[in-house]
Amino acid sequence: MLVNAVCDPSLALSPGANVPLQSLGAGEGKLSILAWPGYIERGETDESYDWVTGFENGTGCKVNVKTAATSDEMVTLMNQGGYDLVTASGDATQRLIAGGKVQQVNTDLIPSWKTVDPRLQDAPWHTLEGKHYGVPYQWGSNVLMYNTQTFPKPPTSWDVVFREQQLPDGKSNKGRVQAYDGAIYIADAALYLKEHQPELGITDPYELNQAQFDAAIALLKGQRQLIGRYWHDANVQVDDFVSEGVVASSAWPFQVNLLKSKESPIDSTIPLEGATGWADTTMVHTQAQHPNCAYKWLEHSLSPKVQGDVAAWFGSVPVVPAACKGNALLGAEGCATNGSENFEKISFWRTPVAMCDGEKKCVPYSKWVSSYIAIIGSK
Amino acid sequence: MQNIPPASARRPGFQLRRVVNFFYHRPRGLLALLLLAPLLWFGVVYLGSLGALLIQSFFHLDDFTGQVVREFTLQTYGELLSRSNGDIILRTVGMAASVTIAAAILAFPLAYYMARHAPPRLKAALSLAILLPLWSNYLVRVYSWKLILAQEGVLSWFIRLFHLEGLLNLLLSLPSIGGTSLSVSAFGPFLAFLYLWLPYMILPMQAALERVPLSLTEASADLGGRNWATFRWVILPLGFPGVVAGSIFTFSLTLGDFIVPSILGNSSLFIGQVAYIQQGTAGNIPIAAAFTVVPMIIMTFYLIGAKRLGAFDAL
Repeated sequence: MLVNAVCDPSLALSPGANVPLQSLGAGEGKLSILAWPGYIERGETDESYDWVTGFENGTGCKVNVKTAATSDEMVTLMNQGGYDLVTASGDATQRLIAGGKVQQVNTDLIPSWKTVDPRLQDAPWHTLEGKHYGVPYQWGSNVLMYNTQTFPKPPTSWDVVFREQQLPDGKSNKGRVQAYDGAIYIADAALYLKEHQPELGITDPYELNQAQFDAAIALLKGQRQLIGRYWHDANVQVDDFVSEGVVASSAWPFQVNLLKSKESPIDSTIPLEGATGWADTTMVHTQAQHPNCAYKWLEHSLSPKVQGDVAAWFGSVPVVPAACKGNALLGAEGCATNGSENFEKISFWRTPVAMCDGEKKCVPYSKWVSSYIAIIGSK
Repeated sequence: MQNIPPASARRPGFQLRRVVNFFYHRPRGLLALLLLAPLLWFGVVYLGSLGALLIQSFFHLDDFTGQVVREFTLQTYGELLSRSNGDIILRTVGMAASVTIAAAILAFPLAYYMARHAPPRLKAALSLAILLPLWSNYLVRVYSWKLILAQEGVLSWFIRLFHLEGLLNLLLSLPSIGGTSLSVSAFGPFLAFLYLWLPYMILPMQAALERVPLSLTEASADLGGRNWATFRWVILPLGFPGVVAGSIFTFSLTLGDFIVPSILGNSSLFIGQVAYIQQGTAGNIPIAAAFTVVPMIIMTFYLIGAKRLGAFDAL
């Protein structure tokens, strides 16, 4: 590998993040990807979900996958180096770009770039000053999951999880709703307040000044009284809906699909306030040792077949709209089931930083975490 | 074949002999060589990481930039004493203490029976039964407790069968430890911890009780001591170091656990979880380190106390 890195002429053309690759050469025979679990499948869990073997046979690039459980782990591993690609979420991408760990991508070398959903092509989480630092991979939203026996009609507002009230079945929602066990959930509260307390002037749920932040915290403190247990593990939440009498909560399409497949009376909706969500980007390491294979993967990752298969496996939405049609694993309604119609209603996940609008006036993420810990512990 | 091999072929054996002779005359040298690897491990890796942790806890996080400021400060420890963080520490210590006491009460009769009355076959069977759960995965056992204690779980079914709902509701309506179901209330993690750590309490207790000489109980009887008096004044004091030894395990294991309270209970955080969250996405390593120092201090005092009570003789 060392020899490869030294002799590879294409490396000499990419000295840093500023100059993207100008032309592609032959594959280097290897590719190392850092990814979310379930994002890069080679049919080991279920043989019909395999988008690696075909790539290896077609390009000769042997793929090596390392999974990471959190965005934080991804950033740490990228800082250590040794990876060519990473599937980074919106909170990690900006840190990776700022840290100089990912290189600018030359979209001209990726023929399928033009098939990417135009709304995602210039998304701020991978674009800086008009330069692209990655290729969108998948996106998804946090939805309001509810029990259809308790709610004959879909709830229209996040009200049902934020304020104590009588649910349509005549019983209180106390002890029967859940919220996400992570500080980023404060953004969900802010999104709710944006609609219901316009006087606060919230424009972006990830950029909150002290007054807006305090209002969100007050709302969440009230919510604490309604919540028996917060959720952070998707499988635990599924279990809570089945056997703990939980009837409404924020959730991922993954849990909804899982419960529906078990014939549980569960459905999901995006209420009028909108929802938070995530969008992941495949990015190339500044010191990628196999840049040609990396570009081959970027192109491969945008093919409708791969996009559709990943979406079916992960419960996410393809970034290539064409992938929604004619994919056997995803089915005709797959994209809609995973929330493809909700794009406009979603505030995509970003790391809250103190600097917003060029001034230090927003509450930084470390404060989000300590405040949220205090709320959860306050029962 | 019967030729004497050339000198060069004999050399390795000769060398080995020289090495053996060298160490034979210098036993301390051999000892040092054998202990080098474990000592390096403990000295550099083990104590080194603890030292790094300790140093981190004296830094603090700049709220504006989100960067760790590497200057000596007690600010992080000040934050540790804030109300919400203090609650977390008290909650964790309270849980560890109650699990320890309950485990001691539950384990003592069994350990006593195994040590002094059980016939050998039964004793072996009981030991096996106690150790058997340790062979299954920790996570599987915690998740099965979640299923047992769920609102629509096995235990609730039995409670309904025997019409004990009133009692359950009374238990669940208790302030601060109640909840919507057993698995969501503080009883959930309590029962899971109790189940998980009970073997670690029974075994040292049994070992300590086995070491109480029969002659002493006979002497007590000869002097007119009834069963209770013998138990209270002979067996309990002599077996107590075993209780303390067991409590080291139950207490410290509960103090550091972050899996059980994330699956059972009402999401109120424990020390281990806060350390995990704060060093993660939040990047607040100083406060995570300060939180980790808390159980270290508690356990230091605990172990000093345990040593005074003779717990280490019972291990």
